[in-house]
Amino acid sequence: MAIELNVNGRNYTIDTDPDTSLLTVLRYHLGLTGSKYGCGEGECGACTVIINGYSRRSCITPVSYAHKKQVTTIEGLERDGKLHPVQQAFLDVEAFQCAYCTSGMIMTTVALLRSNPHPTDAQIAEFLQGNICRCGTYPRILDAVRRAERMMAEGGSR
Amino acid sequence: MSGTKNNEIRTPETIEAERYEIFDSPSYHFNIERRDFLKAVGGGVGVFLLVNAPAALAQRGRESGGSRRFHMPPLPKNVGAWLHIAPGGAVTVYTGKVEIGQNIRTSLAQQVAQELHVKLDTITMVMGDTTLVPWDIGTFGSLTTPTMGPQLRRVGAVARDTMIELAAERWRANKSQLVAENGTIRDPSTGRSIGYGALAEGQTLAKTILFDDPLMSPTKWTIAGEPIPKVGAINFVTGRHLYPYDIKRPGMMYGKVLRPTAFGATLVSLDASAAKAIPGVVVVHDGNFVGVVAPTMEGAEKALGLLKATWRTTPQISDKELFSYLKENALPENEQQEQRFLHSVGSVESGMAAAHQRFSQTYTIAYIAHAPLEPRATVAEWHGDKLTVWTGTQRPFAVRDECAEAFHLPKDHVHLMMPDMGSGYGGKHTGGHTVEAARLAKAAGKPVKLNWTREEEFTWAYFRPAGVIEVRAGLDAAGKIIAWEMINYNSGPSAVMTPYVIPNQTVGFRPTKYPLRQGSYRALAATANFFARESAMGELAHMAGTDQLEFRLKHLSDERLKTVFRAAAEKFGWPRKKTAPGQGFGMGGGIEKGGRVATCAEVFLDPKDGEVHIRHVVVAWECGAIVNPDGLNNQVTGAQVMGIGGALFEHIQFADGKILNPLFSSYRVPRFSDLPKIDVVLIDRKDRPPAGAGETPMTGLAPAVGNAIFDATGVRLRSMPLAPHGVKKS
Ligand code: FES
Ligand code: FES
Repeated sequence: MAIELNVNGRNYTIDTDPDTSLLTVLRYHLGLTGSKYGCGEGECGACTVIINGYSRRSCITPVSYAHKKQVTTIEGLERDGKLHPVQQAFLDVEAFQCAYCTSGMIMTTVALLRSNPHPTDAQIAEFLQGNICRCGTYPRILDAVRRAERMMAEGGSR
Repeated sequence: MSGTKNNEIRTPETIEAERYEIFDSPSYHFNIERRDFLKAVGGGVGVFLLVNAPAALAQRGRESGGSRRFHMPPLPKNVGAWLHIAPGGAVTVYTGKVEIGQNIRTSLAQQVAQELHVKLDTITMVMGDTTLVPWDIGTFGSLTTPTMGPQLRRVGAVARDTMIELAAERWRANKSQLVAENGTIRDPSTGRSIGYGALAEGQTLAKTILFDDPLMSPTKWTIAGEPIPKVGAINFVTGRHLYPYDIKRPGMMYGKVLRPTAFGATLVSLDASAAKAIPGVVVVHDGNFVGVVAPTMEGAEKALGLLKATWRTTPQISDKELFSYLKENALPENEQQEQRFLHSVGSVESGMAAAHQRFSQTYTIAYIAHAPLEPRATVAEWHGDKLTVWTGTQRPFAVRDECAEAFHLPKDHVHLMMPDMGSGYGGKHTGGHTVEAARLAKAAGKPVKLNWTREEEFTWAYFRPAGVIEVRAGLDAAGKIIAWEMINYNSGPSAVMTPYVIPNQTVGFRPTKYPLRQGSYRALAATANFFARESAMGELAHMAGTDQLEFRLKHLSDERLKTVFRAAAEKFGWPRKKTAPGQGFGMGGGIEKGGRVATCAEVFLDPKDGEVHIRHVVVAWECGAIVNPDGLNNQVTGAQVMGIGGALFEHIQFADGKILNPLFSSYRVPRFSDLPKIDVVLIDRKDRPPAGAGETPMTGLAPAVGNAIFDATGVRLRSMPLAPHGVKKS
């Protein structure tokens, strides 16, 4: 079946089984390997992308669900060679070790700050509860979210 | 311990090699003609470091009080590392160590930059590429900082001196009046200067040096010792970095392996006709090995699902019987040979006989999984009888050898590249996935990608060994320990030695038969041995009616360990008054791999469900001179978070050769809601060589939490994980 996707502003037509996961299509059809596989069952958040404004686990999202929708992945956050404030904040704080969880953490944070520009600590923890960092960098990730919040409030928002 | 020091009481440096490492001597040496090699890389200046008696290890060996039965891993006899300055000034450093999130790509480059006097960004680190870098045993055991760090600093220093010599020759100046700074050599008397790149122009100069000369003292460090951002960090926030899971090759196909229904199962029959009927699908059946290759990932998944296999399985024990199994299956003395470890001072029996109060308890520790967020992954590609693999591993050369052996190839026919990967924690030492990918690629005649699933990673890798630890102790009338015995079954000898001064003691490790594939782990046996010893210390302090801190300090002579205990206690505000029901405080600490750690923890028990929440952790850590404080802080904090899992809830459930919780939905790992307030106190000892810090900082946490739970409830928990389902108050 032909699926029409808009990923990071570009249109694609994909010929695959409609039940194939969006993650598989992103990684192995489109070569967008910034979205990571960590579990394949929606439990770790490494594969998080944004579909029409909401964060989604691409590993448990059938590609047919994204048909004719806008998908944003980590590769699509930069604008005119400038990092998104959430990317910049993660970089500034160095909120990672192996960084395998980082794409998913950033995408989830982008969605969080879009729906709730000034979350409490408890709200951040709750929103990111589905994202695993096995290296244990949670304290720095919290710092990064806070920093991104400030940067976006100061006008870097979009 | 075998040997001579029977009556000597000393504070041990417990540097026993991890039992589950395999320490083969290198059978292959870096044997490129060095001058030819320089021509091949386009001329310039190379500095090759020959390793004879690595000073860092020799130093640690001396400090240890001599653990002769457990030799330290041999380093390569020949080249340990090398560095190249190209015409134009680009600096490339070659090392067999690999980057898996512990930040050594940055910290090693930082040390080279320091000695060579160049900016950090002029250095490229080539890591874990088996055709370019010298042989290396692997990245584990906190060995990188104490061994590879000094080697590379030495190489950097000699390269700098070589630049000075070249400039002196060119100017006919006296070497001693020239200074190296910022990638140039300057003559202050004349004001002239020349860059390293210009000096390397037209050269094919190879220097060979030995690892023995003194290094710049850490007190003079300016680049090393400072927080420096992770090299290439931008590629991680943009998704551009390619992990092993992400590697793609032209014409690449996708592989899947059919897993047996249980460990040790034998394939009885296979019907692959439906899979074979799909165009483009290749089925591989070679003994017990069955796999498929397809042009797409989803095609490979589909083909795998169409295979019909029957397996013969055998009944096997479950986690319910694990600890009695280990105890009952201790290997007889004559079979233990090298692996057994026993250290005795005085007589435990006479100490126990004279004791005022006696103590005897058993502690257990479950199997747990590493669960690195990136599962194992490989792309394999054949050219004739030469194999190239991109694969995730902590031991590039060992995995290269595994491939060579599996396919009966000379080792230099296998080229392994290791892209910086999604961590390992001691869990990615083996190369089964690499060999599987190579087998599939051979059959397909195309490059093949094999990415393990989460379930495969949980099931077909290996686990941190489970263990049973028995402790006996006696207190004299003054509340001092006069007898101590601690025997570890199966989990390993690391840190089994007590740092406390006790006149009569026996500590030991006994190997046993074990039911699951087990291997290395971040802080492997030290976690188990710290847990048993520091829990028992907590119980003994309680028995003696002495404060936890005071009880430990009065049994310690090691000033460095006392310092970290005091530092942790001070930051924590020990002794603290309870302000709410369900609150409790505890501590734990010790010595391992040259580092000193002390941890204080505050827990809170939810009165509703008995769930344990770790509210606050203070960890004080000293590992000699600090190379990169920010990176170190990140490692120490991360170790606490990871340690929470093993301390409170992580455990592998198994029965009949199956893992019963092989997914993140059934195997709980620490998440945001588990995060306590964490304070890290780093003690920088510029006068001491740096020790590795990726592992030991996690070891104090579990006993600190166990002691805190006792303080909160009066319930003493002696199994790790402590409270997978909460605690019922007595
Ligand atoms: S890979 Fe999608 S949630 Fe883990
Ligand atoms: S940094 Fe390694 S999993 Fe988060």
